[in-house]
Amino acid sequence: MTARYFGAAVRRNEDSRLLTGQALFIDDVELPGMLHAAFLRSQVAHARIRKIDVSKALRRPGVIAVYTAADLGAYWQAGPLLVPAPPIPGLIFNPRMQVPLAKDKVRHAGEPLAVVVAESRYIAEDALDDLLVDLDELPVVVELEPALATDAALVHDDVASNVASHAHQTKGDYRSAAAKAALVLKRRFHYEHGISSPIETRGVVAQWDARARHMTIWDTTQAPVFVRNGLAAILGLGERQVRVIAPFVGGGFGPKIMMFYPEEVTLPWIAMRLNRPVKWIEDRFEHFFATTHERGQIHDAEIALDRDGRILGVKDVFLHDTGAYNPYGLTVPLNSQCTLLGPYVIPAYDSTFTAVFTNLPIVTPYRGAGRQHGVFVIERLLDLAAHELKIDPTEIRRRNLIPPDAFPYRNEIIYQDFQPLEYDSGNYEPVLDKVLAAIGYDRFVRHEQPSLRAQGRCVGIGVACYVEGTGIGPYEGAKVQVQSNGKVSVATGVGTQGQGHFTSFAQIVADALGVDVRDVDIVTGDTDQFYWGAGTFASRGAVVAGNAVSAASQAVRNKALKLAAEAFECSEQDLVVADGKVSITGIPEKFIRLGELAQRANPMRGAVTPGTEPGLESTQYFGPAKGATANGVHAAVIEVDPETFDLKILKYVVVHDCGTVINPMILEGQIHGGVAQGIGNAFFEKLSFDEQGQLLNASLADYLLPTALDVPRMELDHTVTPSPLNPLGVKGAGEAGAIPVGAVFAQAIEDALQLKRRKVELNEIPLSPSRLFDLIRKGDT
Amino acid sequence: MKPAPFRYFAASSLDHALSLKAEHGDEARFLAGGQSLIPAMNFRLARPAVLIDINGLAELAGIDRTRENEIRIGAVTRYRALERDGDFLKACPLFADALPQIAHPQIRNRGTIGGNLSHADPASELPAVALAMRARMRMKSARGEREVAASEFFVGLLTTAVETDEMLTEIILPVPAPGSGSCFMEIARRRGDFALAGVAGVITLDEERRCAAVRLALCGVGDTPVDASAAAASLVGQPCTDKAIDDVTAAVRDMIAPSGSVHASAAYQRHVAGVLVGRALKTALKRIGHAA
Amino acid sequence: MPPERHDIALTVNGTAYRGSVESRMLLSDFLRHDLRLAGTHVGCEHGVCGACTVLLDGAPVRSCLMLAVQADGHALVTVEGLALDPERLHPIQQAMHDHHGLQCGYCTPGILMTMTAFLSENPSPSEDDIREALSGNLCRCTGYQNIVDAMLDAALTMRTSP
Repeated sequence: MTARYFGAAVRRNEDSRLLTGQALFIDDVELPGMLHAAFLRSQVAHARIRKIDVSKALRRPGVIAVYTAADLGAYWQAGPLLVPAPPIPGLIFNPRMQVPLAKDKVRHAGEPLAVVVAESRYIAEDALDDLLVDLDELPVVVELEPALATDAALVHDDVASNVASHAHQTKGDYRSAAAKAALVLKRRFHYEHGISSPIETRGVVAQWDARARHMTIWDTTQAPVFVRNGLAAILGLGERQVRVIAPFVGGGFGPKIMMFYPEEVTLPWIAMRLNRPVKWIEDRFEHFFATTHERGQIHDAEIALDRDGRILGVKDVFLHDTGAYNPYGLTVPLNSQCTLLGPYVIPAYDSTFTAVFTNLPIVTPYRGAGRQHGVFVIERLLDLAAHELKIDPTEIRRRNLIPPDAFPYRNEIIYQDFQPLEYDSGNYEPVLDKVLAAIGYDRFVRHEQPSLRAQGRCVGIGVACYVEGTGIGPYEGAKVQVQSNGKVSVATGVGTQGQGHFTSFAQIVADALGVDVRDVDIVTGDTDQFYWGAGTFASRGAVVAGNAVSAASQAVRNKALKLAAEAFECSEQDLVVADGKVSITGIPEKFIRLGELAQRANPMRGAVTPGTEPGLESTQYFGPAKGATANGVHAAVIEVDPETFDLKILKYVVVHDCGTVINPMILEGQIHGGVAQGIGNAFFEKLSFDEQGQLLNASLADYLLPTALDVPRMELDHTVTPSPLNPLGVKGAGEAGAIPVGAVFAQAIEDALQLKRRKVELNEIPLSPSRLFDLIRKGDT
Repeated sequence: MKPAPFRYFAASSLDHALSLKAEHGDEARFLAGGQSLIPAMNFRLARPAVLIDINGLAELAGIDRTRENEIRIGAVTRYRALERDGDFLKACPLFADALPQIAHPQIRNRGTIGGNLSHADPASELPAVALAMRARMRMKSARGEREVAASEFFVGLLTTAVETDEMLTEIILPVPAPGSGSCFMEIARRRGDFALAGVAGVITLDEERRCAAVRLALCGVGDTPVDASAAAASLVGQPCTDKAIDDVTAAVRDMIAPSGSVHASAAYQRHVAGVLVGRALKTALKRIGHAA
Repeated sequence: MPPERHDIALTVNGTAYRGSVESRMLLSDFLRHDLRLAGTHVGCEHGVCGACTVLLDGAPVRSCLMLAVQADGHALVTVEGLALDPERLHPIQQAMHDHHGLQCGYCTPGILMTMTAFLSENPSPSEDDIREALSGNLCRCTGYQNIVDAMLDAALTMRTSP
């Protein structure tokens, strides 16, 4: 089998529809008789609900119905726990899930209180103003440390405190490591990761066919299969009575895999109740409250090193803001806890976190999913140690990298896949070397920077390393079928939000079956076409679904060879599969087209050999034993204006290792996009809540996404250390770009402004020109 | 984010627009470019019961350069028209600096100078430019017309001297003196965002290259644009040395009272306003003698 | 009292349309739901993200910041009107395809409309010029680099082809 497509920068199959405005996104769904929903959302962050008076809204022309929690009756229930507790000894876990419409109590600003259904969204919004809500406001918890005070208001009255979870994990013995250390450094770090803010917000369209007793739901979800299964159960329907379609989705980045959002649960119920299709499209203002955030952590971390800068141990105690509910379990803080270990040998690790309920929107994974928090802590600790020990910051990292012969590398503590953390493969030092060469590190530090400083310019360099756990289970599946016309149809359960699945998966199939990549049609995200699998998240699409696609393609190839061998009465070894045909090697005129083979394999009459399957089709699954660990290094040269503290990124380099690469063009796009979000996280995006839990900057005018002027041209390179955990050797790459950017910025800005001399440390993210000014002014006084 | 219901009139003439406004008072708003009004309406922060669309009033658009010492701009002149008029930009260099900083081309293709000044966002560039240039605003109503100096026009946060039944119809710009240099600069988080601080400066030198006059106005550092020319008074009659400009910077910093925002602390705004004063004045000085 | 409606007549992509619209209907909604030209996307409804950008009499504008009634008598071009014919993409679309300038594709129509207008007025832009022209359109997926490359390529194609 020749790899004509695998590894090549194949242009995308999905582009022409997207470029010509023909791709179907959720708000493009138009159904006869369709109604429109708008949700009344709480204006306050914490309150008891006394009464909601809907009578005026019901009298408004064009309003069909208004529902509150009471109307949902037995249908009203808290959402399921999406991620159960990992098997960590001594874990405290208080799962509390979101509800379809608030009943009794409101726990964050923006929580839905009621839903209006009307002839148009315009009228539905008018009717929201008609609703009279009587709330008894309660004290609000926003900050993490005050939320844990004994007299703090409780977000959940049935939990003794605002502790959502508490987990302590250790590896080795930190105390004795610290006792032997030449240097122990301790610092507090604040890391805030904002919101995903894809350009398309969320949406749900539900259509109930009462005669067929079938529900169709269009949903901007990254997990159509589990949404289907869960909604079927909630609705009291069989799974096959529900079809969930994730159409083209305008960006996911994590929060669209949060499931059983209030709107997802409510819309199908409304459709059944009214027997009319109903649509809800989240507007941008709603998105700031209604779609999940990632937000922040406070770390009190210490590192113990020997005099050569080798890490003897790390201890970290941190608080994590989980928001008003925690349906996603411990995933985000667990990722922080595990990813802090990075690509380094850390013999002793003592890490404790407390996830805290706050009266703020729910926190679930957003690109990086807590990894950036952990990476920031370890990278900053290493920078501080490098300064104290007078070791170059890249050298101290080099000395601590896990050597290439130490894999699989056991980090022992429990990871988000509930297994002890283990890195499958890696070769870290060459990645660091490539980055340093690409950024011109030595030349910069020795010659360019002194020369720039002599000109009065403040230019600095930052280098940060990270690992990224990817490709976790449980599994994905794919069905591959050769059709009579010779084109190949593929269905898989993951959804697509721009990652290029329509192309990367097609490349795998095209190589296996010897067809043109453009003749492979991929269906993702339609549970009528494929209803097994977990979804697109945690950088697992290429790894898990890709391997399932590969297995199914191979199975189909084998069937084709077997059939052709029987037809030609020759051995399978004598056959070649190429150009949509199976032919005898060396005798190209003896061929059968794949389409014809498929037809022959599906006779209308006669008998078949017992045990055969019809057609050229196969469904295969892939579930990795563990996740595959990718890694990378970023470096940046940043210039800071010493008067305004605005900055310009002069150079940005990423070297990444995600194992075998299916499509380098798509991979680069993922890195570009991740870095852009990382830049937003590091320097532009900050959710500003006041003490009442009100978001002060709930608009794109004030929540600042980076533009084409804020994201530099990046230089990318990669190394390939295949994963031994899957046949293709791939590792995930979706989140890598976003993970270390905060650490890179902090290091480079400190260097540019020579802040260590001024005793100013940048131990927080996000930064901004104003924040830099304030920190430096504070440091100077 | 759909607007609340309203009645819509496409005004057929200025008189028609004014009589509608007189009839409906504060319940009615003029719709020009809509680039500030419609987002506010989509957020339902603004809920006019009546919109009077004045985009069709050609008599309110255009740049009148027939007078020698002043340029008159119709209120419904779009930024797009201003930024494409090379003669205008040469005559009013502050606009040449400021216009590209206003939002983005898509906004500038619709937004109007009259809409901008009537909206009077404190972080907006043109109010500061109008102040620095000593612009005069002409307002009309069914009752008649009047002119108000820029210094009297910006009354408070998002509030101007335009009365309930009036429309801003024309902006009168005295042409900067020959031998003067202008510069507008701002600091924003991203290109096109509202300014965290912005400075419009016009400086005129005498034959000995001492400062003969200076105009200085800031945006983004108060509820209204701030005329800081008094803070620059120390410069008049002096050579414009770095030290002299630093003194102006310090005086401006003392004078302004920025309130801070989600994007910047008040201290930062104060600091960076001073940085911009220095940079803008120095640039304005360099430009003297380079203009034809 | 039923809401007042206004009769409008406009052309979109060269085709004449008539409609009867409520005063407050946004142009973006009119295009998408009344005319079923759903290629123009809505991202924010406050004029920041640029996804809704269309050409009004040749100039790019935010369709979420216009009322449908204001489009009466005007000529619009949307993304559906860009391709030269069903078989041939506009050079700017082709370049975006060649350079992987789109991932989820949601912001793409707005970018295409903005840059079509920009390139027709600026046939030889530098990378900085392109980034500045792009700065009014937000993309969350691509990091912009490939879009910039696509625009440089499209500019070249458009300059050199007859």
